[in-house]
Order: sequence, then C-alpha cells, then structure tokens
Amino acid sequence: MNDSGNVYKQHETIAVNTEAKSAPIGHGRPWMDPTIEPFIRVEGVSKHFGDFAAVDRVDLDIYQGELFSILGGSGSGKTTLLRVLAGFEEPSTGRVVIDGVDMAGIPPHRRPVNMMFQSYALFPHMTVAKNIAYGLKRDGMRKAVISERVADVLDLVQMSDFGPRKPAQLSGGQRQRVALARAIVKRPKVLLLDEPLGALDKKLRESTQFELANIQYKSGITFIVVTHDQEEAMTLSTRIAVMDQGRFPQVGTPTEIYEYPETRFTADFIGTINSFEGSVESVSGSEMSVSLPALDMTLQVPVKNGISNGDTVCLAVRPEKIWISTSPPETADTAVLTGTVEDQGYFGNLSLYRVRLETGEIIQVSAQNRERQSERMIDWDATVHIHWDIASMVLLKE
Amino acid sequence: MNTLVKSSDRLVRFVNRRLSGRAVNQLMVRIPYIWLLLFFLLPLVIILKISLADPVMARPPYTPMFDWAAGAVQWFQGTLDNYRAIFNDRLYMYTYWSSVKFASVSTVLVLLIGYPMAYAIARAEGKWRTIFLLLVILPFWTSFLLRVYAWLGLLNTYGLINKTLMGLGIIDAPLEMMYTDFAVYIGIVYSYLPFMILPLYASLEKLDGDLRDAAADLGAGPVRTFIDVTLPLSLPGVIAGSMLVFIPAMGEYVIPTLLGGPDNLMIGRVLYDEYFFNMDWPLSSAIAIVLLSLLIVPIMILRYFQDKEAAA
Amino acid sequence: MMKRLSFPLTVLIFGYAFLYIPIFSMIAYSFNKSSLATTWGGFSLRWYGVLFENSQAFDALMLSIRIALVSATFATALGTCAGIALYRFRSFRGRRLFSGMIAAPLVMPEVITGLSLLLFFISLENLIGWPAGRGVDTITIAHITFSMAFVAIVVQARLAGQDNSLEEAAQDLGARPFRVLVDITLPLLAPAMIAGWLLAFTLSFDDLVISSFVSGPGANTLPMYIFSKVKLGVKPDINALATIIVALVTIGVVVAMRLMTRKDGGKKPG
Repeated sequence: MNDSGNVYKQHETIAVNTEAKSAPIGHGRPWMDPTIEPFIRVEGVSKHFGDFAAVDRVDLDIYQGELFSILGGSGSGKTTLLRVLAGFEEPSTGRVVIDGVDMAGIPPHRRPVNMMFQSYALFPHMTVAKNIAYGLKRDGMRKAVISERVADVLDLVQMSDFGPRKPAQLSGGQRQRVALARAIVKRPKVLLLDEPLGALDKKLRESTQFELANIQYKSGITFIVVTHDQEEAMTLSTRIAVMDQGRFPQVGTPTEIYEYPETRFTADFIGTINSFEGSVESVSGSEMSVSLPALDMTLQVPVKNGISNGDTVCLAVRPEKIWISTSPPETADTAVLTGTVEDQGYFGNLSLYRVRLETGEIIQVSAQNRERQSERMIDWDATVHIHWDIASMVLLKE
Repeated sequence: MNTLVKSSDRLVRFVNRRLSGRAVNQLMVRIPYIWLLLFFLLPLVIILKISLADPVMARPPYTPMFDWAAGAVQWFQGTLDNYRAIFNDRLYMYTYWSSVKFASVSTVLVLLIGYPMAYAIARAEGKWRTIFLLLVILPFWTSFLLRVYAWLGLLNTYGLINKTLMGLGIIDAPLEMMYTDFAVYIGIVYSYLPFMILPLYASLEKLDGDLRDAAADLGAGPVRTFIDVTLPLSLPGVIAGSMLVFIPAMGEYVIPTLLGGPDNLMIGRVLYDEYFFNMDWPLSSAIAIVLLSLLIVPIMILRYFQDKEAAA
Repeated sequence: MMKRLSFPLTVLIFGYAFLYIPIFSMIAYSFNKSSLATTWGGFSLRWYGVLFENSQAFDALMLSIRIALVSATFATALGTCAGIALYRFRSFRGRRLFSGMIAAPLVMPEVITGLSLLLFFISLENLIGWPAGRGVDTITIAHITFSMAFVAIVVQARLAGQDNSLEEAAQDLGARPFRVLVDITLPLLAPAMIAGWLLAFTLSFDDLVISSFVSGPGANTLPMYIFSKVKLGVKPDINALATIIVALVTIGVVVAMRLMTRKDGGKKPG
C-alpha cells in the first residue's frame, strides 16, 4: 500500500468529468448545431394510466436522419412513449411535433409515421407482397406504381423471391425483414421500431443490426428504436435516451452515455461500474475534497453545481479502467490499492476479477487476456495491486 | 361474381369514407346492447312487474300493463300476494327444495364421472386427445331432446337395461326405473356431462406436466401429487363446471317431464304447467323470480371464476 | 394373456359407453321391424318409410331449418359486434351491464327466458300492436337473443388468442377504422364466426322450451313436434328421425373439425 498515507492528494487539475465533453460540431451531429431545427419535438409529454404515470413529463428533440434509441428495462415506459408518437395513445399532457406539425388529435392512419411492431404484426391472411402493398393501397396509389415500389423494397431487404409467400411460411429473420419492408415502403418521415431485433436469436441479431443501420442510411428515414438491449443501442444509434420510470435520466451519444454517465441508474444499466459513496469534506474554489470510506482515502475533484459541504456524493470507475497486477506497478502516479482475488470469471477474451480490499470493499476489475490462461498469474486468493487514473472516474447523481 | 365484388368494394369505400372510428365503435357497441336491453333485460323487468300484479287484474283478458300514465303508479301499487301464495304453499316450497336436491346431487354425480374423464383426456397423447374431446362434444351438438328421449328406450320396464339384466340372470323381475327419481338423475347426469367435462378439461390441459414431475421429484407419490398439485390447480374448472351443471339443471323442464313421474317435482316443470294449464301469469312470474333469485349466488360465483379466467 | 387396463383407459371406456349406449340403442331400434318399441323383430327400413310420408314432421323440419338459418345469421352479426365491443373497449358506460347481459343467457334457465319473452311480446302487442300474435317471428327473435351470447363468447376467445397489434398495424399503414374492420378484423375472425354460426344454428334447431313459450298456433318446430309425440313413450319413427339427425350432426361436426384443424396446421410457423 502506498506509504504516503491513505489520503491521496492530487495537486494538478483533475479531470473527473461530470459533464459530457463537447464534441466537434459537424453535419453528422445535428444536435450540436443550434441552427438546425429538431425534426421531432417531444415537449413535456406524460401518459397516465389511472394514477400511474407510464411516461412522466419528458422532453426530447430528435433530428432528421438520426437513428435514435430509447433504451430502458421493461416497465420503463419506452413502448408507451413510442405508442404516443405513433398516435395509438393520446398523451395526458404535453405535445408531439413532427416536422413542424402538432400531432394532437391526428389519428395513427393520418400520421407521417410508420411503426414496426415488436410482434411484427404481419397480416397472416395476406401474402408478403400484399402485406407490403397494403399501406400503399390505402394511399390510393396506382397498381403499377404499387408493384414497382413493392419490388424495390423487397429487393432492399433481400426478400425478392418471397413475395407470394404467406407470413407463416417464413422464418423469424425473414418475417423481420418483411415487417421492416412494410413499414418503410410508404417512405414515412419517421419510422418507429419496437424491439426490432428482440425476436431474433443472438447470432442473427448481430448481423441484422448492421443491416438495419445500413437500410436506415440508404433510405434516409429517421429511425426511433425502442430496445432493452444496451449492446444493440450502443452499436446502432446516433444517440440514446436512457429511460427509467417514465423519465430520461440521460440523453446522449453512446460514448457519452458509457464514458460519462450522469446518474447511478445510467451507469449501472449500461455496463458495470464500481461506485463509491463519499462525503464532501471541503469546497474551495473549483475543487472539493471527497472522502471515500470504502477506499479509505480522500480525493480532490472539480466542484459540481449545487454540491456543498457535507453532501453525500458518488464517485465511480468502470472495471476496464482499472489496472491489475500481482506485483506493485513501477509507475505509481496514482494511488495503488492492495487486495485479494475473491472470485474470477474467465470470458475468453477477457477475465473479470472481484477483488476484496482491506476495507472489505469489493471492486470489479476486467483485464484483457493478452496471454494464455496457463501463463496467467492471477488466481483465486492471489494478492493483487490495483490502480486507476483519477481522470477516468465520474461523479454520479443519485 | 366480379360485379358483386366490385360493388361490395365500392360499398366498403363509401362507408369507410363516411364513418369515423368513433362511429364504427359506437355502432358495434350499441346495436347488440340495445337488442339485449330490449329482448333480454326488459322481459325480465316485465315478469318482475307482473309478479307483483293482482292475480284477478292480470288474468286474461289481460288489462294492458303499459297504460303509460297509470304504469308508474301501478308499479308501486304492486302486491306481494303471489309471493305469499308461493311461500305459504307447502307444495311449491317442496318443489323448490326438490329442485335444489335434484340439481345439487346431480352436480356431484356429474363431477364424480366427469373429473376422471377430463383428467384421462387431458393426459392422452395429442391425436387421441382430439378424438376423445370430439367424442365428448359430439353428443353436445346432437339434440338435447333426443338424447333424453333415448333413455326412454333403455329405462322402460321392458327396455334394454331390464332385458339385459334379466337375460344375464341378475334379476328375476324388471326394475321400475322409469318415472322415478333415478330416471331424473340419470337424465340430468347424462345430458349435462359435457358441460362439466369441457371446462374441467380446459383447466387440466393448461396444467403443466412439469408441475407434476416436480412434485414427484420432491418425493410426492401419485396420490399426494394429485391432492397437492392437480386438484387445487383445477379448482376453477371444477367450480365453473359445477355451476354450468347446477344452474340450468335447477330450471330443467324436459327431463322431469319425459323421465320423471308426477311425484318427481321440479320447479321448471311446475312453472311451465302453471302457465300453460292454469294461465296464471302473475303466479308463474313470481315462481320464475323466486327461481332466479335462488340462482343469483351460483351465477355470481360462475361469473367471478370466468372473469378470473379471462383476466389470466 | 390379459393386460391390465390402466385407470384412465378404464374410465374413458365406461364414460364413453355411458355417453354412447343410449344413442346407439336408439339408432339400432330405428331399424327394428316390430312396431313394439321394445322387442326386436328383425332389420327393416320400415320406420324411415313411415317418417318420409309424415308431412307434419316434414313441415316442422322445414320450419326449424328456416328459423335456424335466419336466427343464426342475425345472431352471428350481433354476437360478433358484441364480442369485438367487449374485448376491445375496456371501459364504456354500462359495460358491466352489457357483459352481464351477454353472459346471462348462457346459464339462464330456459323456462325463465321463455316466460319473460312471452309476457314481453304480449305486453308489446298490447302497447303497439306488434308482434301481431306469436309464431315464427317471435321464435326467431328469442333464438337470436340467446344464441348471440354464444357467438360473442366464441368471438371473444378468438380475439384473445390473436395479436392485438395487427389492427394497429393496419391503422398505422393508413387504413381508416372501417377499412381495418373489413380488411383485418373480420377476415381473421372468420373461423370464429363460422363456428359461432354453426353453434347458433344448432342451438336454434334444438330449442324446445323457449320455442314452446313464444310460439303461436301453426308454428310447430321440429323439437316441438318430437316432444308432443314422445311425451307418451317411445315411437319407432322418432327413432328413425333421431338417427338421421345424429348422422347429419356427426358428419357436420367431423367435417368442421377437419377444416379447422387443417387451417390451424397451416398457420404454424414452419
């Protein structure tokens, strides 16, 4: 253990990031550009079922061409919000504006929005081609145009040969493509996707993810995806809104959400994180010192708005940001903690360790397995040294 | 044919353009609703009202009940004489009691026969299960009247059962079965057996085989497994089936008339005769209302379990 | 070597014997030459001949079919509306009463339904002059009323087993509400509606008690005719009639079951 004591003082400015770093402004990031009007505005929308607020006063701006994900667990209100956008539910408060038009009172069949249902909702009594043509027919298009558009979209989803089949004769992956084709053939301004990959098995899901992004790029349609799968949201999306109990604890790009989570919920929901409660001992200028009893040390971190002396705060670090070794590291410009490996999990490419510190606190550490298992030194009950860069820690709101 | 398709398509388009979602929904609710209010609820209100009428006044030639001005007044001027007549007449009271007895004993008998059958069907292999189920449903679709009638030929003094038993030397003289309580029980049990088996089957079929295996795995023998797992989980089916037998059996008319004798009284038959032979409308209405009030609790139980089933 | 029968099999053998012996004995006696209903006098088709010359029975049969066709059709239309309404609209004013009125005819003793409808028709006639007397019309109305409840139950069950988002998907693709009904809801309900129609037809064709109450002079349905004949004991020509009905129903049910199971088989995802 570091001899200089258990109190670690940082003299340089510490970059404990409490706010998302500003990304460079470019046309790929319309949300950073104040001159661009949002395409979809959700303003103070709530949806109550009796006393229960499934969606609770949320605001959201989504820009044209985005692939936007709403990520949350079951019961978080994500599907309800999607149904409000599609027009199946009237919001209890607030309004939805799509492309400058207030959607209040506009029924689903007149909205410039199409939806891909979680169950796909393919009409079992119609062929694939008829399913896809259905929406075009409702718009009163000519037959020749319809069949051309159907052929085009079947080509886009690589299902050209399946037009005459019935949905029951298709595999799960094929049904998913047909559902997508049916939803985009009308060229809606916005496509809503309710767990688009939820019904597929893991392997298929991975390959379809990229296809979905590809189709979104080709068609230029704004996608709003509802999902409970964090990996899916991370790989697909331009931005993610994390949803919990009808609210958005955080909205941001996948990197922002992962690297700079603002709340404990977001940090825990996406990936794993070691979080430590501490109390603010003193605030001086732009810095404050926080004592963490679990680590038996005190850190200097930048002040965050609204925090004063004596407050309880939470500092956290992701397992992969932590170095672990059996021998003490040579360059120790940060505090080094010592503990014993209580448990370890081998995942092939990486290993996960649960290290018990002398204080009793358990810290999760993950490490790339650059060497073969047999050559690795870290095993159960091994004494290990761990340390991390203070800059990789984040201050979380409860 | 083609013109028919085209014109119906045009009709759909016409209606579609003119009808809002609200209008479609309202029509869908209101048409059947009004029909039932008119032809189901109103008639019940009317017999309730007539049951409170003065027997002399209401006897044909019937003075119009719906003299609107007087209608409301008359309602409150009702008399309970008809109900008094029923409750003071030992024969009526005996008949209600006897209907309850016939219906409840038959329900227990149907359950005792139906439960093992439903259990055996639910545990049969896929294809056999369909066939067994079909064999239960088939009599259900054939005429109720004819199925009751079929027992006439079996229960007769010189019917099939007596002949067989005598032929086998089990009995010397024919048993008197027709026009007895026994015949009425047979008739009810026979006719209502499918009403018991089908809901029982539905609840037993849903029962996961793994549950039984789990009980066995945890050390329960077949009997214990049945008592601890199968029976409690099939209870909704038992109750639904029992009510579906008990309620209509209470008001049964055909079975006691065809198979029962003059002593095997059931209220449905008395009500029918009271109306058709004595033409006493207020009294027969009162009989019906008393019967209905006897059935309210079983009907509520049935509704409760059906709602619970629907919610699940 | 005797193999011991398992308990379930024994139960089923006795159970089905109980269910079917009466029907089979009735069928057997319909081919009995003797006019004594209880003694076997050799095989003969005599009673079928007697039956076919019986114009009263034929008239009653035609009347029953007519009533059953009309009432089943109306009951299917009304019952389908009621089933959809009850399934889809979870809260509207009077829903409890509505669902109660749909459920009640299923268990209401026939004598009560019959008596109440009869006294209702008489009151109505006194009040507005319609229905003028009782007969085919009143029987048909009565049959529609109790059989629509059965249709509504079948339709509700089908809707419960179906993906709710299908109708929303049609709406989402731009279909107006009536279009959704015609293109999606009704085609998907077709099997339930057919089953409901068959059930309503059978219930109407079978009904004795309610018909007896609300019928008038001259309107004699087949069950009423049969009942008047068998009240006093076994009649060989009724055995013949019963045999024909049982045969037709059996064929109908088996064919219907075949059609339905085949359709379902095709629907399973391959």
